[in-house]
Amino acid sequence: MTLTRRTVLATGLAATAAPRAWAKPRLEYGLKPVQVADGLWMLEGSTEYFNFENGGNIVNVAFAETDAGAVIFDSGPSRRYAEELRKVVTEMMPRGVAAVVNSHHHPDHFLGNQVFSDKPIHALEETKKQVVLHGDSYADNMYRLIGDWMRGTEPVPPNTMLTSNDLTIGGRSFSTVPLGGHTQADLMILDRATGTALTGDLAFLDRTPTTPDADLPRWRESLDYIASLDPKGIVPGHGSFDTEGRSLVQTRAYLDWLDGALTDAAEEGLDMVEAMQIEMPDEFAALGAQPHEFERSISHLFGDYEKAALPEVN
Amino acid sequence: MQKTLFAAFLIAATPVFAADKPNRIIDGPKVVIDDPYKTGMLGYLQKEILGDPEQIALDPRVKVLAPHSAEDSFHVPITIDAREIGDVERIALFVDYGPIPHILDYYPGEAEPWLSFRFKIDQATPVRAAVQTKDGAWHLGGAAIDAAGGGCAAPAAAYASDDWEERLGKVRARMWPNSGRVRVIVDHPMDTGLADGIPVFTIQALDFKGLDGKKMARIELHEPVNEDPTFSLRFAQGALKAPMQVSGRDNNGNEIEATIPYNGAIR
Repeated sequence: MTLTRRTVLATGLAATAAPRAWAKPRLEYGLKPVQVADGLWMLEGSTEYFNFENGGNIVNVAFAETDAGAVIFDSGPSRRYAEELRKVVTEMMPRGVAAVVNSHHHPDHFLGNQVFSDKPIHALEETKKQVVLHGDSYADNMYRLIGDWMRGTEPVPPNTMLTSNDLTIGGRSFSTVPLGGHTQADLMILDRATGTALTGDLAFLDRTPTTPDADLPRWRESLDYIASLDPKGIVPGHGSFDTEGRSLVQTRAYLDWLDGALTDAAEEGLDMVEAMQIEMPDEFAALGAQPHEFERSISHLFGDYEKAALPEVN
Repeated sequence: MQKTLFAAFLIAATPVFAADKPNRIIDGPKVVIDDPYKTGMLGYLQKEILGDPEQIALDPRVKVLAPHSAEDSFHVPITIDAREIGDVERIALFVDYGPIPHILDYYPGEAEPWLSFRFKIDQATPVRAAVQTKDGAWHLGGAAIDAAGGGCAAPAAAYASDDWEERLGKVRARMWPNSGRVRVIVDHPMDTGLADGIPVFTIQALDFKGLDGKKMARIELHEPVNEDPTFSLRFAQGALKAPMQVSGRDNNGNEIEATIPYNGAIR
């Protein structure tokens, strides 16, 4: 090959371009709402853990059409997500966004709030308290986990506290039920018009439930309560739209198994790292984000189980 | 003229360095290890923590088991398993990156060279186990742990409660004679001295002894061990035949004293 200026240029370009693939700006979530009930849409996230590929889009967000505009349930993991969300919703509904509701204080459910800070952002009082307490460290950790997807994201607490079991916006009414167990405060919403339950992270489908703030007995009570409402459809916090109540059954079964497995491990004298190696039944090993979430749960919960298994001796 | 001078200097200087080993770094350790983690810290730690031993090498029989990512920077669980190596005298645990690298030393004595416990992590780092056999040689293993960090510079959680002083030195413990396991949790803040206005306050050592006073195992703790230190030890099956004493003291002179009942009976 004779070296012309063009070949030199071309090889030079290839050499600089090839190893810098990670710097390519692909940062778009490509949000596509799917209608799940009359006047109700869902944006389904992946069932993985946070990573640089999914940009934190591992969460379900939903919105309902009202005469005043859209009511959005949870605001997503980042500013970028929420900007796309607002654009998509505004294109569909000329009145734009009427209000936002936060189900609980975990980062993937509220870090988009800043894009909606000009609107009412409804939540339980305890959820606001937790966002104020932990918002900054959540945001820091999210920058670590998903990098540039987080650019410009600041934690913004909800600005309107829910004080009754009824929320009516633009002629559409919702039951707002304060539950808990996944976190200190989990808001469940029932869209009265369609009988659809928006459970936040009280229900997961084909994705491992997460436990950093879990209270397992309370969580199971909350699941029983939601099941007793016999909702026509369920928008779980993570996983697909559920018309058969599978998310409630599956979440309940996993929490029961987790409780039993950790009790047994502590009673047998295992330490945390050994407990992390417990073989999971196939049905739970197949859930999204395993075995990572099980390992995390050991870190969150095992301390209490081992204290119960080790008596005081002095 | 300048060029010639420079060349002359090179010729004169070269033999001085050439006499040394090619990998020898000035002020480096006696043994240069091809570190799989390439942190640039290992040589320094060999000298500072292990006393620059002449016999030290990587050894796959030293297993360090830990989660890839620290979920809780204040309580990172870890298991060290060196049971494939016989005659273990001491196991030193340390990290490459952190304000206080040395975590603890374990002298297994009658116990198996295996230990589970938790420590505070300040940033993503490899954690190393250096296992010294009775012939003086060191065997090195490790694991990399990713972390959000900040585990070393925060006040102990105990200070949020009113009764931490009453709880100080309380021991929870249990023995599993069939599987040879012993587990203890000692209530103690384990202050690193890195949180504002809180001086170092740590348990210095815990000794495990038979009722006859015979030494069975010893742990020497440093600041990075977690608040309310939690240890799991293993003994050969059938080796645990009687209650065991655990005793120690902290750097303020508070004594820790407890008897771990035989047969694991609860209350």
